[in-house]
Amino acid sequence: MEHYANLLVKSIFLENMALAFFLGMCSFLACSKKVETALGLGVAVVFVQVLTVPLNQIILKQLLAEGALHWVHPSLARVDLSFLAFILFIGTIAAATQVVEMSVDRFAPKLYATLGVFLPLIAVNCVIMAGSLFMQERDYTFAESVVYGVGSGLGWALAIAAMAAVREKLAYSNVPAGLKGLGITFITAGLMSLAFMVFSGIQL
Amino acid sequence: MSAVTDTLFGKPQRDAFVDPIISNNPIAVQVLGICSALAVTTRVDKAVVMGVGVILVTAFANLAVSMVRNHTPSAIRIIVQLAIIASLVIVVDQFLKAFLFELSLELSVFVGLIITNCIVMGRAEGYAMQNPPWLSFLDGIGNGLGYALVLLLVAVSRELLGAGKILGVTVLPVQSEGGWYEPNGLMLLAPSALFIIALLIWALRTWKPELQEKD
Amino acid sequence: MARTDSTRYTFFFAAAVCVACALLVSVAAVGLRDKQEINARLYRQKNVLLAAALVKPGQDLPDRELLAIFDQNIRIRLVDLKTGALLPEGKMDERNYDQRRARNDPQMSRAAPPNEAQIQRVPNYASVYLVMSKGGTVEQVVLPVEGVGMWGTCYGFIALDRDGNTVRGLTFYEQKETPGLGGEISNPKWQALWHGRKVFNAQWEPKLTVIKGHAGPPDQDPHRIDALSGATITSNGVARLMAFWFSNDGFGPYLKRFREGATS
Repeated sequence: MEHYANLLVKSIFLENMALAFFLGMCSFLACSKKVETALGLGVAVVFVQVLTVPLNQIILKQLLAEGALHWVHPSLARVDLSFLAFILFIGTIAAATQVVEMSVDRFAPKLYATLGVFLPLIAVNCVIMAGSLFMQERDYTFAESVVYGVGSGLGWALAIAAMAAVREKLAYSNVPAGLKGLGITFITAGLMSLAFMVFSGIQL
Repeated sequence: MSAVTDTLFGKPQRDAFVDPIISNNPIAVQVLGICSALAVTTRVDKAVVMGVGVILVTAFANLAVSMVRNHTPSAIRIIVQLAIIASLVIVVDQFLKAFLFELSLELSVFVGLIITNCIVMGRAEGYAMQNPPWLSFLDGIGNGLGYALVLLLVAVSRELLGAGKILGVTVLPVQSEGGWYEPNGLMLLAPSALFIIALLIWALRTWKPELQEKD
Repeated sequence: MARTDSTRYTFFFAAAVCVACALLVSVAAVGLRDKQEINARLYRQKNVLLAAALVKPGQDLPDRELLAIFDQNIRIRLVDLKTGALLPEGKMDERNYDQRRARNDPQMSRAAPPNEAQIQRVPNYASVYLVMSKGGTVEQVVLPVEGVGMWGTCYGFIALDRDGNTVRGLTFYEQKETPGLGGEISNPKWQALWHGRKVFNAQWEPKLTVIKGHAGPPDQDPHRIDALSGATITSNGVARLMAFWFSNDGFGPYLKRFREGATS
């Protein structure tokens, strides 16, 4: 239990996908102008992440890893298809994004309209792919994948919501012309990232 | 087909290649492909390898997508682009593991993240689907170069100021090795990449005021 | 132009793309696989040499030379961890023994007793690397160690002198710790702090550990090494894995035999 709580805390705060690894920056910068939009996107990302990381873990262990195919036919037991991981990961991610997109359209049409093109863009959001890649690199079990999916998605959602909150206030500040928009957002993100480093060393 | 588009290095071809390097730089101007930019810039050698990887993938993905653009059914075009891009990235990853093993260990997941690098997808969908193969290939190289340029600038700053070295060669002798330079620890941490890019953008937009964002 | 929007054409096109991509990827993967495996093995061997100080960090030697140094100076042996006895040479293929695979194979490993290093399984046999002198006597022994740091399992080698107690060198060749912080366990400067320390105290209890604060030089502070600043969890992980591997659950029984003279 402690192990999973640890993993959750680590993935939300210590290795925050947006503020420690700078993943998902494109939509992070583009959708963080208003808190409402940011939260909506964040929730959608959590959904896709929770769907894809465990699913990809199953695919990796049951289909691709060395010896995984023995349940199909014993002669396939020595086959190692892990080099196909990237393609299969992106495939499940694209499919999962499609599913989430259709659900959002059905259950929250206003959010669907606000997010516009950024909903399908979740498929190429680095955070989602990175979640699966880290799962592969760290050899997570299924349970760990679920926890990591929740945590990494939540961490990114937290970061984009916080950024939106700051940017809403920044609209009233006197930013130099060359820094307006993109530049000042980067600096803010850098400061937020520094702030999050305060969490390193926490262990439950 | 006009005579101009048929030439190898006519004006449209040169523009496709040169524009993305500075005036339409993917990171600083188009705001694409920032993700992997930041985490791998702690050392120049990592940045160079990532840059070369992105150049190769963008160029050849553009080429492949452009070659089949008139045959691709519209309904599946995104997933076809993704499949092509993912395959190319796998090939790059396999080559890295075979020929630059230790570097591939350090780059770890970031090579795989080239697949979701917005530049690659953005150019495939936004340019290669509408343009002939050679132009698309050049555009891919140009965008890759623009990306690599920013990566290099950030990495040089970070490795130089953070460790006193460039490509492992000591430029500023570090105090712990008997020199005078006290390395700037912030440069080794992630946030510094964001600050450096912010400064780059500021400089670029002051030099070219037409790029500034109006409220 | 074909009717690019018909369903049949879409399926056909999708299948064609799949085949083309699969071909490209498989050719690359299979064609390069051998080289990659050689790389992985060479990398581990290089780290054994680094731990034993037969190769200096940053020294860029061609593969052939590394292999030659390894073959001339190192004898790989397998050790039964429970009893500490060396397996007779050649009984199992020492060169190709994959300790990690054995650890994950339920038939070649056992569950680890409860421990703080979060080690789940221990292989029945472990590889040890004996560093031979020119005269054929054993000068050092290099032991593989592993344990959980902050983000994942860290894998390294530690080299002990002929007395089975003094540390000659340490490397961590695979880890997923934060670069610049916990990742510094791979930094030769930090690893150099371990040279000359002693694993065991006078009662042969393993005491080698990592502490917060400042440890003195090896002759005054033989068992303690400075932790990495800003990397508490990683440093604790290293301390715990050292404690495990030098206990009787790890290489304890083997080292007892080693210092009593059993080297072949």
